[in-house]
Amino acid sequence: MEQNETTYTAANYKSDQSVRWCPGCGDHAILNTLHKAMATVGVAPHMTAVISGIGCSSRLPYYMNTYGFHTIHGRGAAIATGFKVANPEMTVWQISGDGDGLAIGGNHFIHAVRRNIDINMLLFNNKIYGLTKGQYSPTSQRGFVSKSSPYGTTEDPFIPAELVFGARGNFFARSIDVELQTSQEVLVAAAKHKGASVVEILQNCVIFNNGVHNFITDKEHRAERTIHLRHGQKMLFGPNNERGLVQDGFLLKAVTLGQDGYTIDDVLVHDAHCESNFLHQQLAMMDGHDLPLAVGVIRDVESPCYDQAVSEQVAEVKARKGFNTLRDMILAGETWEVK
Amino acid sequence: MKANVIDLEKVVVRFSGDSGDGMQLAGNMFTNVSAGLGCSVSTFPDYPAEIRAPQGSLSGVSGFQVSVGQGVHTPGDKCNVLIAMNPAALKQNIKFLEKGGVVIVDIDTFKADGLKKAQFETEDAIKELGITAQVVEVPITSMTKAALADTGMDLKSVLKCRNILALGLVCWLFDRPLDAVKHLLKNKFAKKPAVYEANCKVLDAGYDYGHNIHASVSTYRIETEDIRPGIYTDINGNTATAWGLIMASEKSGRPLFLGSYPITPATDILHELAKRKDLGVKAVQMEDEIAGVCSAIGASFAGNLAVTSTSGPGLALKSEGIGLAVIAELPLVVIDVMRGGPSTGLPTKTEQTDLMQALYGRNGESPIVVVAPASPTDCFTMAFEACRIAIEHMTPVILLSDAFIGNGSSAWRVPDADEYPEIHPRYVPEELREAWKPYLRDPESLVRYWAIPGTEGLAHRLGGLEKDAKTGAISTDPVNHEKMVQLRCEKIERIANDIPALEVLCDVDADTLLLGWGGTYGHLRSAAEELCREGEPVAFAQLRYINPLPANTREVLGHYKRVIVAELNTGQLADYLQARMPEVKIERINKIQGQPFMTGEVKEAVKSIIKK
Repeated sequence: MEQNETTYTAANYKSDQSVRWCPGCGDHAILNTLHKAMATVGVAPHMTAVISGIGCSSRLPYYMNTYGFHTIHGRGAAIATGFKVANPEMTVWQISGDGDGLAIGGNHFIHAVRRNIDINMLLFNNKIYGLTKGQYSPTSQRGFVSKSSPYGTTEDPFIPAELVFGARGNFFARSIDVELQTSQEVLVAAAKHKGASVVEILQNCVIFNNGVHNFITDKEHRAERTIHLRHGQKMLFGPNNERGLVQDGFLLKAVTLGQDGYTIDDVLVHDAHCESNFLHQQLAMMDGHDLPLAVGVIRDVESPCYDQAVSEQVAEVKARKGFNTLRDMILAGETWEVK
Repeated sequence: MKANVIDLEKVVVRFSGDSGDGMQLAGNMFTNVSAGLGCSVSTFPDYPAEIRAPQGSLSGVSGFQVSVGQGVHTPGDKCNVLIAMNPAALKQNIKFLEKGGVVIVDIDTFKADGLKKAQFETEDAIKELGITAQVVEVPITSMTKAALADTGMDLKSVLKCRNILALGLVCWLFDRPLDAVKHLLKNKFAKKPAVYEANCKVLDAGYDYGHNIHASVSTYRIETEDIRPGIYTDINGNTATAWGLIMASEKSGRPLFLGSYPITPATDILHELAKRKDLGVKAVQMEDEIAGVCSAIGASFAGNLAVTSTSGPGLALKSEGIGLAVIAELPLVVIDVMRGGPSTGLPTKTEQTDLMQALYGRNGESPIVVVAPASPTDCFTMAFEACRIAIEHMTPVILLSDAFIGNGSSAWRVPDADEYPEIHPRYVPEELREAWKPYLRDPESLVRYWAIPGTEGLAHRLGGLEKDAKTGAISTDPVNHEKMVQLRCEKIERIANDIPALEVLCDVDADTLLLGWGGTYGHLRSAAEELCREGEPVAFAQLRYINPLPANTREVLGHYKRVIVAELNTGQLADYLQARMPEVKIERINKIQGQPFMTGEVKEAVKSIIKK
């Protein structure tokens, strides 16, 4: 992984507040990784803002030695948007969970992505409401039993990546709380991307949804149930990279090299920068059953970002009209003089 | 020479027609030209909620009333001249005609088809409505067609010029110079010279027609007024609000950010500020009302002068966000251009029914500042004041404008560069930087300091959770919470020392005080002045600062035997005052019809209360 020489260490981004998440919560690992990723990117703490909504994940700003704002339920993306437009010099991270970001804040989430505001949006997905003590969320599986669904839910979940692509997002990456290296890698990539970067982190809630991601994270099967995508590299997975993804009509297929006539040449090369999101969608929809769940940067395409476009338009119109003050502007319009 | 010239102090003209007939444009041009002659002006656009109701139908009628002359405070209760472009307009507007007034109709439209659409039962609309006033039947449509016969314009484009023919006739009637109208037309149609030429032709045609039939109509000459020298422009309340915010941005050095969402009747503020990118304004149309206020809160945290604009339903959606700005103690200006409620209610009509929502519509103890402009031009001053208070006192401020003053316009003197004071953001003082914590307060005003992100050494965390008064860390300590509630409350109360005193006008020594707030100023002041002239002495005051109240409010109200609170709701200000000042005898005048007060009805109501 690319390492920048910067003047900051992870400790520079850490606040003096004691961390209050439950022991064993996946959030601890994500927080530590975020401190490290920020040091790698090297933006000064006072030029960094961390903005969140409400929920367990949204406590995160208190643990940062940056500018931080713990706001109201679901509104982190809207508040971060205003912040970034108002002060584009700052690097903005927005922290959210599956309830905060995709239920009450769903509208702000899709519009921040569509608008392509240059913020880094971290979505901690534990498929449960933790802070309110265990209700199903918009990412819980159909039939999921919780306190608010004692007989199982009767609705289908969102797949966050699908929402991102539906909102025409240009950056989507995924990691797992226990995969520290991958998390750091995708967080750095998100920070470097200009525009809205969504990072979904599969996170375990030890109290209310323990083991929700076990099918994926289980050490014994993780290598064959996940694939780490890297731009420009072959899509290989398995304990010894003996398996690969190939094109099968319009769909993808997992094959074993050397079997059924498949060789390394048949295996697809990941192109995160491809403008079409057709293949990115298929990769992001893999869930670890027939096809391995994808982690890493799945889509990373440059596109004009909103805050910059606003600033440029302001500068352009200002220069063209040439007014210095409100009074100049008014006097250039329809007026009359009374003597 | 004109026959039967009548000199008037003020005159009220009402243009009415189909919502596609260009009545607002004709009315605006008449207003601008009159203001340019030194008249004071006041306008009231009365337009339907439907964008385009069926042509010629009763629901599609759009009106524009303007009062011009001396000492004009309101657009007038009733009009001296009513222009009706079709039978539906006549039917809907005849009730606004003053006794002795004149009606001008486009007689070409009073045929079977038009009469049917307007649900007339007979062929004689005038008789059916029982109109006894003078009616001037003008063939507006056929004259417009004739005037433009040789231009090669298509019929639809020709008919679009009918409003300007009517305007030409009105200009003759009121002795307005056509050159000034043509100058306005030239600007309006700068990119369409052919349309400009056509409009000039029909304008002349209308004027000449008036001249030719003058024997049968009395002409009015409106007195001009001695007004303060300076440069003037015509301005409506929503534009004035937008400009007041820009002035505050210039005087505070903080960039202006607007996060908004379209809503009638407040959208023109968004439109104006979107244009003002030429002055560096960042106006962002967000995905909903909540995002509007939230983006503004983000911008405020980031160090901008942050504003969100809306109407009543939008204010309801913004409540939680405003509460966040209360506890985070960030400057935020929330503009509510009030309309008829509840729910969607009467979107294009005026009301003062959001006062309680502004004062109390949040969870928890969350006091904020509420101010209300008194007139279209006062929107500039009060928008500036809202920003000044928000920035200097680190608090959300709600500006309660309304549909009447937001859409209404007046002539406005452009302020000189140094007429408005500097605004001083409360940055962290240099000497306190070492010991600074987010909720460290200025001991005098209790205002916490504003640490702008990007400043080295001042990184801090804010949030909606209660904070420790000293350290700024999250705190659930019971005593600390009570202390913080009291501090936030006391901080707002102390703003009373930083706003002007309540001023009493008219007969200060009368027994009765007529008291209003916000946009009813013009009608209430006119009523009070007329009552005094007619031998019924009353004092008059208008509140523009509602929370906190001006420091002398209790003293002023206590001075009178009775205080009559007149407002366009069921008594929200009266209740608010009565709870604070049980010793004051408060009487009430209330109207909830989606329409402004009429001066006449206020006078009657005051008289009957005094008689009791």
